[in-house]
Amino acid sequence: MPHIEVNNDFAGIRGLMAFRPETAEPLAALAEVLLRDNEGLTRAERELIATRVSYLNDCFYCHNSHGELACVYLDGDRDLVDQVRKDYQHADISDKLKALLTIVSKVQQSGKAVQPEDIARAREAGATDKDIHDTVLIAAAFCLYNRYVDGLGATTPTDLSTYAPRARQVAERGYGSHIYSAGQPVR
Amino acid sequence: MAHIDLGNELPGIRGPMAYSPETARPLNELAEALLRDDNNTLSRGERELIGTYVSYLNDCFFCQNVHGSLAQHYMECDMSYIDAIKANPAETVLSDKMKALLGIAASVQKGGKSVTTVQIDKARALGATDKEIHDTVLIAAAFCMYNRYVDGLATWAPQDRQFYIDRAPRRAAEGYLDYDLHK
Repeated sequence: MPHIEVNNDFAGIRGLMAFRPETAEPLAALAEVLLRDNEGLTRAERELIATRVSYLNDCFYCHNSHGELACVYLDGDRDLVDQVRKDYQHADISDKLKALLTIVSKVQQSGKAVQPEDIARAREAGATDKDIHDTVLIAAAFCLYNRYVDGLGATTPTDLSTYAPRARQVAERGYGSHIYSAGQPVR
Repeated sequence: MAHIDLGNELPGIRGPMAYSPETARPLNELAEALLRDDNNTLSRGERELIGTYVSYLNDCFFCQNVHGSLAQHYMECDMSYIDAIKANPAETVLSDKMKALLGIAASVQKGGKSVTTVQIDKARALGATDKEIHDTVLIAAAFCMYNRYVDGLATWAPQDRQFYIDRAPRRAAEGYLDYDLHK
């Protein structure tokens, strides 16, 4: 049960957003720009970054929600998503994404943990300034979303089969206000 | 020097905000809704104080000075009081409710799961509403983002604290929306 009375049945961050639409709007707008921008990093890469930092922050709701989104964009390759969560260095992903995921681990600890050599390695592997910028901000933003969800004890579905239909809904419609107003899709 | 070429010499978060206006927009809208909107039973000063305290715990020099100066401006106190709160809220004359909310903010800074029902119950017993608890958690979480954005890209920060104190009245008057990043 959440720490506060949210007066709705939405799971995870959706319930908190419905409780406070004034802050939900910029939170959703930020996710839309960061996770669905088609320039530079792909949507799959963006969702994998979100999944990894949420996993490091031990946020069950977020790493499963965004893991399923990544899965949608990766044609259902759930094993790859799981490997990025737990052991990205050996996952079948580009060297660029590996280097960016190293930056993600640093940002998760603290902004100051990011070292010039981490940036240099990402750049050598082909990362642009925009890729690095977006990686840092996605990782930082999930340090917000994860704390928001768990800090208020948001309702977290443990039935993993409920995450995929929601993920398909977001993949189709984006991170608009429907995420805290539309009911749980059946399939 | 910042880790990436921001194409400007602006201090702190204004550098990456000018570099990436698409993300600056929701970041500023969030700050406005959380810190400045007057439809809130927590004062602007109290909300800026939560942002300051979390930025201090995250060791983000730029953010703790920007928001500490704003808190000082709204609370009409001097910086030594803000510094005393950062060092140990329990030993200041802050209300017990604010002390309880800062305790929740400190837990959020460590991790969402660090917040305990005991902390929440205590804040509520001291008069905190659900919305105040919600906003405290979200402000603390938001600064865990802003701080990481500022330091994760290694932006530069003016070291003279007077710089921040001098700018606070203008930010208080103009707000976080539609201000000129270059001024």
